[in-house]
Amino acid sequence: MKEREEDILKKLESSEYEYGFTSDIETETLPKGLNEGIIRLISQKKGEPEWMLESRLKAFRHWQKMPLPTWAHLQIPEIDFQDIIYYAEPKPRKKLSSVDEIDPELKRTFDKLGIPLEEQMALAGVAVDAVIDSVSVKTTFRETLAEKGIIFCSISEAVREYPDLVRKYLGSVVSYADNFYAALNAAVFSDGSFCYIPKGVRCPMELSTYFRINAEGTGQFERTLIVADEGAYVSYLEGCTAPRRDENQLHAAVVEIVVERDAEVKYSTVQNWYPGDKDGKGGIYNFVTKRGICHENARLSWTQVETGSAITWKYPSCVLAGDNSVGEFYSVAMTNNYQQADTGTKMIHLGRNTRSRIVSKGISAGHSENSYRGLVKIAPKAENARNFSQCDSLLIGDKCGAHTFPHIDSRNRSAMLEHEATTSKISDEQLFYCRQRGVSTEDAVGLIVNGYAREVLAKLPMEFAVEAQKLLSLSLEGSVG
Amino acid sequence: MLKVTDLHASVGDKEILRGINLEVKAGEVHAIMGPNGSGKSTLASVLAGNDKFTVTSGSVTFEGEDMLSMSVEERAHKGMFLGFQYPVEIPGVTMANFMKLAVNERRKAEGKEPLTAAEFLRLMREKSAVVELDAKMTSRAVNEGFSGGEKKKNEIFQMAMLDPKLAVLDETDSGLDIDALRIVATGVTRLHTPQNATVVITHYQRLLDYIVPDVVHVLYKGRIIYSGDKSLALKLEKEGYDWLINDYKE
Repeated sequence: MKEREEDILKKLESSEYEYGFTSDIETETLPKGLNEGIIRLISQKKGEPEWMLESRLKAFRHWQKMPLPTWAHLQIPEIDFQDIIYYAEPKPRKKLSSVDEIDPELKRTFDKLGIPLEEQMALAGVAVDAVIDSVSVKTTFRETLAEKGIIFCSISEAVREYPDLVRKYLGSVVSYADNFYAALNAAVFSDGSFCYIPKGVRCPMELSTYFRINAEGTGQFERTLIVADEGAYVSYLEGCTAPRRDENQLHAAVVEIVVERDAEVKYSTVQNWYPGDKDGKGGIYNFVTKRGICHENARLSWTQVETGSAITWKYPSCVLAGDNSVGEFYSVAMTNNYQQADTGTKMIHLGRNTRSRIVSKGISAGHSENSYRGLVKIAPKAENARNFSQCDSLLIGDKCGAHTFPHIDSRNRSAMLEHEATTSKISDEQLFYCRQRGVSTEDAVGLIVNGYAREVLAKLPMEFAVEAQKLLSLSLEGSVG
Repeated sequence: MLKVTDLHASVGDKEILRGINLEVKAGEVHAIMGPNGSGKSTLASVLAGNDKFTVTSGSVTFEGEDMLSMSVEERAHKGMFLGFQYPVEIPGVTMANFMKLAVNERRKAEGKEPLTAAEFLRLMREKSAVVELDAKMTSRAVNEGFSGGEKKKNEIFQMAMLDPKLAVLDETDSGLDIDALRIVATGVTRLHTPQNATVVITHYQRLLDYIVPDVVHVLYKGRIIYSGDKSLALKLEKEGYDWLINDYKE
């Protein structure tokens, strides 16, 4: 059976990155490096008001004084922050008024990724704000959404068009002083999405943004701000694929979500950035800060499927500030070859009767390291707070690692906390059983992994769940020998 | 259909099968009996191609083809089915999904188009009736939380779905109550045709009340030491194995 296992491992390692192509689009870039001059240039290019520039500079000055975080279970190569281009945008050949006018090269990239930008989007009921590199290229369904008073646009546009909303909420959940990468993002963020759902409005479609890192050596610093006003509802999808690059690329995004009284937000991510090759060369460094605040009776649900990136550092969190608010975190994190992931969540219970639920499924293969890191914090005033956590790890092969770092900090005696954890392997017996029924080893591994992650995948919107299932199998599969 | 000639197999340094000879023809039912540890389950595993065991010598042909050179899945695609003594749980994977993949992989190997969702559902409904399987079972995860009886019924359900030429059933009757035994055994009998063959491995004659064997073999210390008709099973039930194995004790 030993031999069998080695075969599987070999196949897994030879797995190629399906979306590893680069597209040739003219890119307008600033020189490498970071200083106040660069920040002023970014702000100027985006035609920002003075307050936005001031906010960037304040963040930059703070960032300069901050040390790199080193507490994660990650081996991070030294990053030269002066060797990064902080702004790049694809040059549109002319002003776009319809889909046909999109740069054909860009269009091909979208098509290869299977991003349905055209009419089928209307049928599917998904509005896409496609981001290539740093500037939103196209936004659909704006009119439909506008009728309901929903704002869904790029963050730079929001800074210009809705300054009052942006000033009120930007940085209110993740302050520039929060952490090293959040500060960097606040200083140099290039673009991202802004979404506002007015009081009592239920967003009629799933809002979706595809991010794609493209220009060589360009760090991408997305900023997303979602505000669901009182009683509003929105389901937001974020999906990522990036073309193959040898050079490491830095990504430090910030996502902030404000869930007002009685509102609900579902935020789903499928992350499939270039993970590096089978020897651990290249790949995206993904340092993300995601956090939402829930007011009274509000609900925030994070669902993530993480299969890409060379290094992942990401903890989508919920601040349960209001009484009776609910936070949820459902995660599948898969690492293969030399990928490293340190991911999890923080549930901060401040209000009374707040509830949270954590379901984390880690899958490690190859030589990868996969860690769950979580914090459940019950504040002194959080009477009757409840948390349930489940952290499972699945190991494929004997050269990978799975680690769990659950932290619990309870300051209220009425709190009730549950934690369950399991570690398992794909057994030879399972593989033999599947193969006896005529299912190849590779398909069997895909099947078992998808079965293991099912509870989380079931939380994704339908079309995303299908994509995620394919991704999980794909990330483990190689060409059958 | 199946011809096993002087088959030797071992796990590690330990030889378990020590020269098996067995011929099974289409339309036949063979029963393999024998004391614990005589190599019955090993024989089933080796026939299915489990690489936990190493075949050291001998040959196995299936419909004239060398079966030992085939992978586990190839054997399955050719129509070899193993009913497991201890069916494995696959959490989160529904029976329906599992069977759909299995059925369509077999069809692919035979150069046939995959079944449509409607065709597949119809097939599943029809076949679950064979073992009186609750239709809800197919939406549950493979063997997860199944009772002993349900697991065995589920094996025969899968056999019905895959319609094998040769089914080797490894102690399918163990751990079954009287009713479940009847259902499972009747199911196997219903699936039997003049074109296929069944090998049942069992400790008990009572299974053979339902599945009437053409030949009964006694396996002991890795060899078939005695073969007879169905009356042999009755005799063994009454008298045990001592009268047969005394000569072979070391």
